[in-house]
Amino acid sequence: MKTDTSAVNIDRDVGDFHYKVEYGYDAGVGLDERVVNYISDVKQDPDWVREFRLKALQTFESKPLPTHWASKDLEAIDFNKIRYYLAQGQRSTRSWDEVPEDVKRTFERLGIPEQERKFLAGVEAQFDSEAVYSNIKKAVGEQGVIFVGSTEGLKEHPEIFRRWFGKVIPTGDNKFSALNSAVFSGGSFIYVPPGVKVKHPLQAYFRINAENFGQFERTLIICDEGSELTYMEGCTAPKFNTATLHCAVVELIALKGAKLQYITVQNWSPNVFNLVTKRGLAHEESEIKWIDCNIGSRLTMKYPGVVLKGRKSRGEVLSIALANNGQHQDTGAKMIHAADETTSNIISKSISIGTGRATYRGLVHVPKHLKNCKNNTECDALLINSTSRTDTYPAITVRGTGNSVQHEASVSQVSAEQIFYMQQRGLSEAQAMSLSVNGFVNDLVRQFPMEYSVELKRLIELEMEGSVG
Amino acid sequence: MSNGTAVLEEVTQTPAVKSTITSSPQEGADDLPLWFQQQREQGWREFSTMPNPTRKDQAWRFSNVDALDLSPYRFANAPSDDEQVEILERSAMLNGKSGRLIFANDQLLERDALPESLRKAGVIFQPLERALIEHEDLVRKHFMTQPAVLGSAKFAALHRAQVRAGAFIYVPRAVELELPIEIFHWLVDENAAVFPHLLLVADELSKITVIEHFRSFDQTAPGFACGVNDLIAGRGAMVKYICAQRWNENVTALQINATTVERDASAMSLNLHLGGSYSRFESLSRLVGEGARSDLLAVAVAHRKQEFDARTLQDHVSPHTASDLLYKNALDDRARTTFGGLIRVEPHAHFTDAYQKVRNLLLSDDAEANSMPGLEILADNVRCTHGATSGQIDEDELFYLRTRGIPVKVAQHLIVTGFLNEVVQRLDQAAIATHLHRLIEQKFASGAD
Repeated sequence: MKTDTSAVNIDRDVGDFHYKVEYGYDAGVGLDERVVNYISDVKQDPDWVREFRLKALQTFESKPLPTHWASKDLEAIDFNKIRYYLAQGQRSTRSWDEVPEDVKRTFERLGIPEQERKFLAGVEAQFDSEAVYSNIKKAVGEQGVIFVGSTEGLKEHPEIFRRWFGKVIPTGDNKFSALNSAVFSGGSFIYVPPGVKVKHPLQAYFRINAENFGQFERTLIICDEGSELTYMEGCTAPKFNTATLHCAVVELIALKGAKLQYITVQNWSPNVFNLVTKRGLAHEESEIKWIDCNIGSRLTMKYPGVVLKGRKSRGEVLSIALANNGQHQDTGAKMIHAADETTSNIISKSISIGTGRATYRGLVHVPKHLKNCKNNTECDALLINSTSRTDTYPAITVRGTGNSVQHEASVSQVSAEQIFYMQQRGLSEAQAMSLSVNGFVNDLVRQFPMEYSVELKRLIELEMEGSVG
Repeated sequence: MSNGTAVLEEVTQTPAVKSTITSSPQEGADDLPLWFQQQREQGWREFSTMPNPTRKDQAWRFSNVDALDLSPYRFANAPSDDEQVEILERSAMLNGKSGRLIFANDQLLERDALPESLRKAGVIFQPLERALIEHEDLVRKHFMTQPAVLGSAKFAALHRAQVRAGAFIYVPRAVELELPIEIFHWLVDENAAVFPHLLLVADELSKITVIEHFRSFDQTAPGFACGVNDLIAGRGAMVKYICAQRWNENVTALQINATTVERDASAMSLNLHLGGSYSRFESLSRLVGEGARSDLLAVAVAHRKQEFDARTLQDHVSPHTASDLLYKNALDDRARTTFGGLIRVEPHAHFTDAYQKVRNLLLSDDAEANSMPGLEILADNVRCTHGATSGQIDEDELFYLRTRGIPVKVAQHLIVTGFLNEVVQRLDQAAIATHLHRLIEQKFASGAD
């Protein structure tokens, strides 16, 4: 069944193309100390970073895959067949004119320069291992906001970088954070000075171009006291027949009274293993909010978390997952309450289509002797076909009196009556289904910045196409 | 009432030293059927080779697995004559009952047979050992046929190897028992171990209520209980099962339940957990026929350093089935509870209605409640919800009661009782509800000092 989607000029295949690119730096295939040293050499890492990488490699090798709870699909990743570092150059440019032609074509086709002119305060574009372009509007830069690639951040702002790097997510947090710590390259480094409120969002765009490639970006964002920032990331890759690995570590720090919002629209092609560790550290009266949309990839395992370290801090995860044929969206949220009067909110909506599987995994922890902590968790799952699957696995620990935690989850499907009603009014079955699904996620999507909510709604419409009947 | 020292002397005077439960399998089973003896050997082999659970196993997450050191426990002797008299006195619970079995240290002490009319109707209510001989085929068909999937496979194997005491109940087609059947299991000596077994087979359209009491003779003697109860509700049958667990607070207890609900049948279980230092309860409810319904209810009152660990699976195998779980925990002092529950809707089990709700009421700053309510849905056209809440006594409710002149302690007590009452009411069995309330009251009273 085909619906009329001619009006929709954006689709999940928009990223399904790749160009032949000549790489200046290639660490070869497989992972060992040689590869890690190669990356360190090329990037001219200081000694402490090289040591950090080599130690992380040992941690990675010593940790087993999380097989007792995770999808067996992880075993399909062959770490010896992946290329860990591919780059054309070592420095990102401030102007699109200086970006090599073949790389620029990619981003132009994805519409990044155009978006930058329209509504962004700054953009960073990463092509395989390294950032090729990063720029912020002059006014924002003059306020003292730093927005560069992580390589540049490490070189030019070592005093801020080293202080926070690896502090929110230790190397040994899990096998994939250890892998990232060993071979990381690219990602964003952002510092917002005290009291600066960045009006427009900063954006990073991650692009995988090469086959059998692993992208290991490392993002570190620090919002100093009373500052505000919205950061958005998008990602695409062409469809190859072989597995591609995306394994990022993102660390956020919100100092006293800061507000930090991190938005992801993940639309990797269905051959990408997307294994990401994301966590924020919220100081007193600060707020960290993750908005996380997972539409692409073969297997995504991602549980954004907030450690509520300071009194009256607040953490939030709003998450939408769409699992179509052959996809497994294993997503969730972690809220670690570590101070009095901290509050957290998790709202997760998932849609399973065809043989897709959506999983919610949650962790809420309220330890001893805290007062007036609150958590609210809502998980709603929508099943479209009889072969679709959804799971919910929360784990909630509460100690002591004076805290309140509630978790609610529901699973449902689009009711036949609803579809019938809309068909009565002249909609096709597919249009009716698409409308119902958009209604299901609508209250959540409305909280997103406008550009994202429009794109997301269209993506959902496209995913729904052909799923009924 | 004899005190703890008397019991100790009793044990030391016994000339034959009983072996520990982990050093050798149960002896003296020569007169039992060969298949049963083979099952024992099989169970022992499995128990000896399977690894101990660790906290890293998802099924044992948050559990205090150190509590499962079984080395001190041994097979106990039959209680002395004086103790037996006292046990019988203390086993008077319900006034109206269809029949009763009383075991102490896995030895049968007393048997109140079924009334003539029920026996004539074909109802069987026998100690397991006797049923194995007199109704071998029926027992063999249903004996421990469900694998222990919720973590305790090793302990189910131990049970299989060591089981000696328990009850077999069979209700023929369309026979209804007005009054409940009562079964008592007592732990008497220091470090005694028991392996209570219950196998209930309710044939088509039959109706039965069974209550199992788990009690300690002595208030402090440590002990170990590893029980299995299998309930089978045949087509259109109605089965109610109540477990009143009140071991003393030094007992380590494991209870493994499997309930199979066939077409149009309904099963309701209520588990009251009051005793034990560590008490784990695993409940598997399988809805295998269309129109099947299962209600899983539990109340735990935890205080001091008690730990209650509940794991459940509502397994919807057939379409048009319903299940409803309600677990409530009241936690005081340094107590811990863990709830790990899963609703699983198998492929093709469309039109499932499944609910799961766990509520924790925390009464002290050192209490800890862990909840892991889970869903796995592999079919569509389902209605599934689950919820987990953890909170404390509502200040407004407390204030309201105090303005009526009720002292704080009493008011708190009233609120907790009301909180737990919702579960007990669901049973719709006044006499049993009254009894359970009394047990809860006693527990509160014991915590007051």
